[in-house]
Amino acid sequence: MWMSELPPFIPFLVAALLALLTRGWLRAAIMLATPVLGGLHLWLDVAPGTTLTTGVLEFELVPMRADRLSLLFGYLFHIAAFISVIFALHVRDTLQHVAGLLYAGSALGAVFAGDLITLFIFWELLALSSVLLIWARRSARSTRAGIRYLLFQVTSGLLLLAGALVHYRQTGTLTFDYIGLEGPGGWLIFLAFGIKCAFPLLHNWLTDAYPESTPTGTVFLSAFTTKTAVYALARGYPGTDLLLYIGTVMTCFPIFYAVIENDLRRVLAYSMINQLGFMVCGIGIGTALALNGAVAHAFNDVIFKGLLFMSMGAVLYRTGSSKGSDLGGMYKSMPKTALLCIVGAASISAFPLFSGFVSKSLVMSAMLGEGHNVLWLMLLFASAGVFHHAGIKIPYFAFFAHDAGIRTAEAPRNMLLAMGLAAFLCIFIGSQPQYLYALLPWEVDYWPYTTTHVLAQMQLLFFAALAFVWLNKQGIYPPELHAVNIDAEWLYRRLLPAGGRLVHGALQRSMHVLSGVRQFYRRHVISAYCRTTLADYHLEGSWPTGNMVLWIAVVLGSYLLLDTVF
Amino acid sequence: MRGDDRQQHLFDKPRNVTLLFRIFYSACAILLALDLVLHRHAAHAWERLPGFYALFGFVACVTLVLIAKQLRRLLKRPEDYYDVDE
Repeated sequence: MWMSELPPFIPFLVAALLALLTRGWLRAAIMLATPVLGGLHLWLDVAPGTTLTTGVLEFELVPMRADRLSLLFGYLFHIAAFISVIFALHVRDTLQHVAGLLYAGSALGAVFAGDLITLFIFWELLALSSVLLIWARRSARSTRAGIRYLLFQVTSGLLLLAGALVHYRQTGTLTFDYIGLEGPGGWLIFLAFGIKCAFPLLHNWLTDAYPESTPTGTVFLSAFTTKTAVYALARGYPGTDLLLYIGTVMTCFPIFYAVIENDLRRVLAYSMINQLGFMVCGIGIGTALALNGAVAHAFNDVIFKGLLFMSMGAVLYRTGSSKGSDLGGMYKSMPKTALLCIVGAASISAFPLFSGFVSKSLVMSAMLGEGHNVLWLMLLFASAGVFHHAGIKIPYFAFFAHDAGIRTAEAPRNMLLAMGLAAFLCIFIGSQPQYLYALLPWEVDYWPYTTTHVLAQMQLLFFAALAFVWLNKQGIYPPELHAVNIDAEWLYRRLLPAGGRLVHGALQRSMHVLSGVRQFYRRHVISAYCRTTLADYHLEGSWPTGNMVLWIAVVLGSYLLLDTVF
Repeated sequence: MRGDDRQQHLFDKPRNVTLLFRIFYSACAILLALDLVLHRHAAHAWERLPGFYALFGFVACVTLVLIAKQLRRLLKRPEDYYDVDE
């Protein structure tokens, strides 16, 4: 069809430019055609092993390196872009459309980058294009959240650049392959990836900013940034033991927050960190089975998390709120959205026949197979917890629970279509996993549908649900309340400003003392000086000249000092 | 939406809710019973305990919620907590 070395980000950048210049149905056609044609091109024309190299200065840059790993993420990002574009088709906002296309293009640029400099460029483009989707909400809250988000993302980019340069000095190559934690360059790049992958304590940009974006913007956001980071970790740090522990913490701590969080889109943001934890664990184990599990789970997560964000986005779009305390009984007005949300919930909870089941089990089996028993138990705890907060809480508090009395229309047709497409993929991949398995980068000999495994998973999930029912009937389950819960962000949103105010106050007080000293000087010392004969001297009478003489003396003196020191 | 308030919905009828719960409880019971009938290929010693996954799922979730409830007492702040000084 076309030349196979065409880097996949180019159609998206061109489409973003065209979307800026067009309006109405023409723009819609361009936005829909881009991921379809780009995806077909990638599927039909680009074989693993295709590379494109260009020389810039003395560096050799690789803007296109296609292998089975980057191609899998390439297919995924085209599917995600297509679904997100359909979901946002009703929006009349040039900013969001252009930013969405640029953002998807940047993610594609990053996963096909064959060297660290190209990766850095797209890494920063991801940050700059995605923040526009947060600012597109056009509220004071989203503006501030966007600035905090951008600070994290740009810091990640700078760490990546610094790490790349140190890595280049150490190894003499900029090729983006296995990096490892052997040198300072490796650690810097690891930290850069870690920020984008929402490692614990570096995660608050995600839970802070994603729920502040527009109903459609969050769907874009949930697909690309963190999954690009998972891709980068899978390529640069497979089998790094540290990732096992980081991943396990990531699966466990967010579920506690998710249980008590009121904003259902923030619940989804926390559950996203939890799902990323499973992928990070898979990368940390580093065997073919585990790595396949990590990237397969990334693939499925984009689709089912996108579906859940879409259903909550549709509710937000229709009712103006996504808070559990305001919602309830929405199934009466939006039955189709409710049903599609339940499909997403079943997928993220890893019910057999839904997509989460066929990918998470790869990671779980690998964990047990490698003898990490305690970590496996923690992942099992997190699996039950996912069902609790994402599988039950999201649909229950939005669509069922007590009727909040809100009556509205069903979601717009384009939103239903996008959600329907995602739901179809969830069920298709879940029930026919062989097609996804065939695309995985490493050889896999695994089949999830054994009696043992299905029964174990069904027992786990049904009894987790039983716990929810019991806790709810006993009145123990924490109600949805209008409140925020403090997290690591407290450090920079409260402690740091408070510290700043403290320093500012101390400075002001010391300035006060200084001005007292100056007044004393003026009142007593100068007047005493004026009474002496020296006061008649030239220097005091013509102030500018005297000043000049003084400063020349200072400059010459410091030259002399510098000369003796160096 | 078209005077929906007077319309009876699926879960407005207590009969339907009761039915749903009965189906759910029976499913739980059947799953637990299957554990005794079917032979499972356990990869780990813990898995061989009858009802391990069921018990784990239940206990894990109750623990999760009880800890989260205590955490909420520690972490909960008014909704405008961060808006005040920014």
